[in-house]
Amino acid sequence: MNIIVCIKQVPDTTEIKIDPVKNTLIREGVPSIMNPDDKGGLELALQMKDKYGANVTVITMGPPQADLILREAFAMGVDRAILLSDRKFAGADTLATSYALAGAIKTLDYDLIIAGRQAIDGDTAQVGPEMAEHLGLPQVSYVIDAEREKNGNFIVKKENEDSVQTLEVEGKCVLTVLASAFEARYMTVAGIVDAYNKEVEVWGADKLDVDENKLGLKGSPTKVWQSFPKQLKAPGEVFEVSEEEAVEIIVNKLKEKHLI
Amino acid sequence: MDFSYSKTEELFLQMIRSFAENEVKPLAAEVDETERFPMETVKKMAKLGLMGIPVPRQYGGAGGSVQMYIMAVEELSRVCATTGVILSAHTSLCMAPILENGTEEQKMKYLPKLASGEWIGAFGLTEPNAGTDAAMQQTMAVDAGDKYILNGTKIFITNAAYADVFIVMAMTDKSKGTKGISAFIVEKGFKGFSIGKKELKMGIRGSATCELIFENCEVPKENLLGPLGKGFNIAMKTLDGGRIGIASQALGIAQGAMDETVKYTKERKQFGKSIAQFQNTQFQMADLKTKVEAARLLVRSAAWKKDKGLPYSADAAMAKLFAAETAMEVTTKAVQFHGGYGYTREYPVERMMRDAKITEIYEGTSEVQRMVIAGHLFK
Repeated sequence: MNIIVCIKQVPDTTEIKIDPVKNTLIREGVPSIMNPDDKGGLELALQMKDKYGANVTVITMGPPQADLILREAFAMGVDRAILLSDRKFAGADTLATSYALAGAIKTLDYDLIIAGRQAIDGDTAQVGPEMAEHLGLPQVSYVIDAEREKNGNFIVKKENEDSVQTLEVEGKCVLTVLASAFEARYMTVAGIVDAYNKEVEVWGADKLDVDENKLGLKGSPTKVWQSFPKQLKAPGEVFEVSEEEAVEIIVNKLKEKHLI
Repeated sequence: MDFSYSKTEELFLQMIRSFAENEVKPLAAEVDETERFPMETVKKMAKLGLMGIPVPRQYGGAGGSVQMYIMAVEELSRVCATTGVILSAHTSLCMAPILENGTEEQKMKYLPKLASGEWIGAFGLTEPNAGTDAAMQQTMAVDAGDKYILNGTKIFITNAAYADVFIVMAMTDKSKGTKGISAFIVEKGFKGFSIGKKELKMGIRGSATCELIFENCEVPKENLLGPLGKGFNIAMKTLDGGRIGIASQALGIAQGAMDETVKYTKERKQFGKSIAQFQNTQFQMADLKTKVEAARLLVRSAAWKKDKGLPYSADAAMAKLFAAETAMEVTTKAVQFHGGYGYTREYPVERMMRDAKITEIYEGTSEVQRMVIAGHLFK
């Protein structure tokens, strides 16, 4: 089985601060990480590799620095890594991004495509589903489990807000995965030692099966008009307890914060 | 001169930090409190190849560098010094002497199982009457044809209760002094070998420190490590390497105490502001940070020399001396910054201060390090 996993390098948003004057993200000094849902997707692929035997390829579109997450993927156990990097991809919205990824995937052999549900920087959850549309494939989003049947079909569990659906998908498909369902493995030491001895294939637009007018800024019908921080309010905690317990909880909280 | 981490080291740091934070830190207080050997952590480390970082691939290791190994000891010790020393003793004191002095048969027999973490390693040199004066070995090894018969006792042996393989020093010819000491590879199941009492310690309380007892213990001839009479040399060279590991452990403890103190002093308010805003805090912390960074450079430089195959004995001694004394200073001041809370087990700095003390003592006391450094200086 050949599995393709789409991954993205994102700023670690847990470390991001917002410029109070300009209302923009301060990206300086913020570490870049593999997007958590994508890492979950990679874990699903590697679990399938362990279980059924598979060749796992990771693809990312991004600047040359995105090489780092591909090395990380090597150290976790993937077989092949492709970086789509070309000025022609710059300024892409989700449509142009999914189009480029689909254009790369069309040139590869695959049985299954996995992506993360959404990236923590844009939070659109659009790239995976759009990619399935470009490729004319069935898709299941919000995946929490997937198994391969002997006939090549997939039995997939999809998490909805208040229920879990089990679906059978015929043949090739796109799954978008939730990080919470797949605790990603650590890189191994040997994997790390070898990661920079392996080749990351860097593909420009000319390697893809695409119409170049649909790439990058030119192929992007949407633009971000403005970003601003929401006024955050701590959500608070609700306890349904007796008076005595309530007093104890409050006192403990105050102690925790060194207020008493 | 390049002070930055290589790309491989950066990737490794990412992994080991996350491993330490998620798998090791949550257990640290409980492991200390209950004096429990964290076997589940060792198993997890084994799975990732952490038990054989600098061992070449042909012997089942990960084929990494000494630099990566000491980064692992530092990052583990930053959250749990017990876990740091388990890895350090296993790697520096057991696998390294086999790798550096073993025959091909010995390497093939022992290293793959040690590097994979299936077996845990330990090292036995110290005796009740041979501490800093390690040459006063009373454990005897008598040639009995196809085997040696060992009699004697070793004390304060890290990992002992859980180890499968021990590097043990014993006298094969008392008349020759240090040149009469030989090194042996002893397996836990060898006839006449047993583990004695477990020490109740001030710190690193999860590491199983015990006696080794040899009562007519039979060690096959092929388990002599290195040439006959070269055991003292092997032990001293092994300790040179081990000191880089302990220096990293001390560095990790110091860094961990710095992290906790920065966090605490920013949160803790007295006289209407956080105590981090007081110049007393800032100046003291600036001094400590400077010492921690200086220790880090010494440690990295010693490891770099070992990786390059350059002499590193004095470097390792300086790294250990400075890192250990820095760890003791940082953790003591960390407790002071935490005030009354710092003296309780609610905060990890109390444990860190207890853990730091041993780094000034084992694998050569600070006094021994000064002897080694002076020895190189005045030779």
